Parts: sequence; C-alpha cells; structure tokens
Amino acid sequence: MQTPSLELKGSSFTLSVLHINNDDMAVIAAELDAKLAIAPQFFIGAPLVVNLSAIQNNNFDLLGLKEILTSRQLIIVGITSASSELAKQAKSIGLAIVKSGKESSSQPQLPKTTKIVKQNVRSGQQIYAKNGDLIIIGAVGNGAEVIADGSIHIYGTLRGKAMAGAAGDRNAVIMAQKIEAELVSIAGQYWLTENLQQNGAAPSGCIRLEGESLTVESLPL
Amino acid sequence: MAQIIVVTSGKGGVGKTTSSAAIATGLAMKGHKTVVIDFDIGLRNLDLIMGCERRVVYDFVNVINEEANLNQALIKDKRTANLFVLPASQTRDKDALTKEGVGKVLDDLAKEFEYIICDSPAGIETGAMMALYFADIAIVTTNPEVSSVRDSDRILGMLQSKSKRAEEGLEPVKEFLLLTRYSPARVTTGEMLSVQDVEEILAIPLIGVIPESQAVLKASNSGVPVIIDQESDAGMAYSDAVERLLGQELPFRFLTEEKKGFLKRIFGS
Repeated sequence: MQTPSLELKGSSFTLSVLHINNDDMAVIAAELDAKLAIAPQFFIGAPLVVNLSAIQNNNFDLLGLKEILTSRQLIIVGITSASSELAKQAKSIGLAIVKSGKESSSQPQLPKTTKIVKQNVRSGQQIYAKNGDLIIIGAVGNGAEVIADGSIHIYGTLRGKAMAGAAGDRNAVIMAQKIEAELVSIAGQYWLTENLQQNGAAPSGCIRLEGESLTVESLPL
Repeated sequence: MAQIIVVTSGKGGVGKTTSSAAIATGLAMKGHKTVVIDFDIGLRNLDLIMGCERRVVYDFVNVINEEANLNQALIKDKRTANLFVLPASQTRDKDALTKEGVGKVLDDLAKEFEYIICDSPAGIETGAMMALYFADIAIVTTNPEVSSVRDSDRILGMLQSKSKRAEEGLEPVKEFLLLTRYSPARVTTGEMLSVQDVEEILAIPLIGVIPESQAVLKASNSGVPVIIDQESDAGMAYSDAVERLLGQELPFRFLTEEKKGFLKRIFGS
C-alpha cells in the first residue's frame, strides 16, 4: 500500500507570548530593542504569540507591529486575546488567531459542598469531604480518620485523626467538643498527641494554622 | 420472623463462644426455640462449651456444600429443650463459607427457629464477615481493656458498612455492648477501664456486664454453659443480659466490689 504523502496530526508546543500594553509603535520598538540587547542570540528566529488583551484601541497598527518584529528576526505565529475588530485585521494580514490552552481548559470553580455525618466514626473508617467542610455529629474513635479540603467540625470527642485543609487551604480549622486526638493536621502541618498535650490542649477547642505552626484555643462550650 | 443475633468482638479470647452458649441457652430456657451456629470453621469450640463434641457427625460446611441436610447436622441439646447446635467443621477453613451458602442455611433455619445465634470467630476476615453479614442484632463482646475496646469499635464500623442491612439501606443492625471479664476491684485500682469509660468510647447500649469469675472456666471445662450455674455471679449476670435482650429493664449487678464481711476477712473466703 502506498504511504500517503501527507498526514494531519495534533501536537502542542510551548511558545513565548509577547504582551503588548501600549499602542505607540515608537515606544514598543524602543523597549523591544532594549530587551533584545540583553540576549540577542536567544531571540533570533524565535516564534512568538502576541497577546493583545490590553489593547482596546481598534485603530491599533497591527501591520506596523508585525513589521517591527519581523525586521528584528522575530516570527509572529499568531495573536491571542484580541478584540474582535483586531482579530479581523489580523486575519486580513495573514496572522492566525490562537487560543491558549489554559484559557480553554479553565473550568468554573466547583461550589463548596458540606458533608454531614450523623453517627460515630468508628476505628478503621475514613471519611473524606472533597471541596468542602466536614461536620461530624458524633465521636471520632481511635483509629478513625476524618479528612476535609475545608474545615472539620466535630460535635463529640475527637480521638482519632483529623486532617483539615487537605488540598492546601491554610485558613481551614478543626473544631471539636473534646480533643483527645491521635493527630491533627491543617494544610500539612501536623501535631501528634504529645504536641497537643505540650501545647495545653483545652477540653474543647479550635485548632488553626498561624504562620507555620498550629495553635489551639479553647471554645466557650 | 426469626431474629439473627451475631456475637462478635474483633479481638480473640474475650468470651464470644462462652457468651454465645450462655445467651442461646438462656433464650431456650425462656421457651424460645433457638439455634446456635459456630462460625469458627477450623477452630471449633462451641461444641466443647455446649458439651456435645462427641455427638458431632455432620457440620455447617457439610450443610452449605449440600453433603448433609440441616436435620442431620443439627444437634439437639440434652439439657435444655428448644436448643440446637450447628457445629463448625474442624477440617476446613473459613473460605468454605460463602454468602449464598450461609444465606441459604440461615433462611432454612429461620423457618423453624425464633432466634439464630451466630458465634463469630475473631478477626475481621471472611469468617467474621459471614457471621455478621445477615445479622439483625449484634452483641459486641468487649473486655474492659483498650485493645479489646479498639477492636470492638472497628467491628461496629464493619456492622455499619459491611452488613446486609447496611448494604441494602435497611434499618441498621441493633448493636448492644456486652462487657465480659469485669473486675470491679481492678477498676478501683485503675488497672481496668470502667463500665462508664467503655460505654463512652463505644456509645452503644449496654446489655450486660459479666464479672470475672471462676465459674466461667469451670463451666467451659465441664461443657456446661455458665448460665445454667445460677449460683454463680456470671450465670446470674448472663440471665440478666438475656432478659434485657428480650426487652426487660433491669438494674446492673456486680458493678461494685463485694465488701468482705468481718468474719470472712478473718478466716478468708
């Protein structure tokens, strides 16, 4: 069988993006020269994408910009984040409109969901509240683990392990009616039983992260 | 409708088989038709405690594998009317138990019996899981010491997640705490957890406190369930537990140290 003379395949490349914040060509040219002077070899023949998000002026001289860049041996691959008027102009002078990968894949943030558990968490059980707070109405036994991306509230005795801010939220807190925990952790900073005892854990308390270390304060329960 | 009661603990040696034998005998003595099943395949003990080890011909695994029918395997207790024992196999292992097989045997037993007591093996593997899977009621046998309490907590978690009732989203298994080998004197000296400590940690209703007693060992060795010895404190405590299981409210006995009388103190007990 004859091999086809051409093939179409998708691939992604890393490109430098040049952000334009000014519509004055003379100023752009001067600043560009200053930048190129730092590492001239590095920029020769470099493919560039021009980001025009800061340009609102529809009379912006795109052709002029193209000439400035090509005269300095830079190659415009395409433009991105341009107003619709400028995008039309770009097409007419043969420039591609590209979308950055980040822009297209950015998802709306998931709403926080709270997880409520209305029973004792027993030894060997593990409960994880993804993207939200965890509320336990009952005790957390020795050998049990409760984990949340947000804060953890325990209306009962905490005897097992509690890990709040599991996804890195440093503002998360752990509150419990009675703290006899094996381990408490917020955003990766943790305390074991002996640390809790040294720091004079109150019978009922709130554990939070202050700077790089945990603190415990009692609650008027 | 028959009630399936599992006697379980997680930890070994806390008194599951002793309690299974005593509770089954107690229920039968109250006139309820009861069968007690040994789930400890490969390490059967229940027949010894019940004093029927010489009468085992067919066992639970034979029935599951349809090598014998239920009536051939069930052993009628000689002392107590209404009481039957389904012994475990000594030559097989726990993998002989399958959900379908156990389910079918329990279904067949449920047609004839009011109470089915499942004597669970220790651990959280197949044997223990099979024993608790079909349960309506769980009697969690616990000694007043930290490792036993921890294992009981683990088993309670299993009951809440791995039982048939949990999997099918039915009303959860009723859980009761049976505290065994309780020694008030050692609680006073701080060597043992108190009833209150254990209740606080496990947070399930207490159904009985069985005192540490010479009568238990004596009864086990002679193959007579300790509940038959109504002179002993352990026997009386098991009777109370059975009454509570049947819905009566009774005060707890044997929770405090027995004060030795003046003469006893001089002459010893």
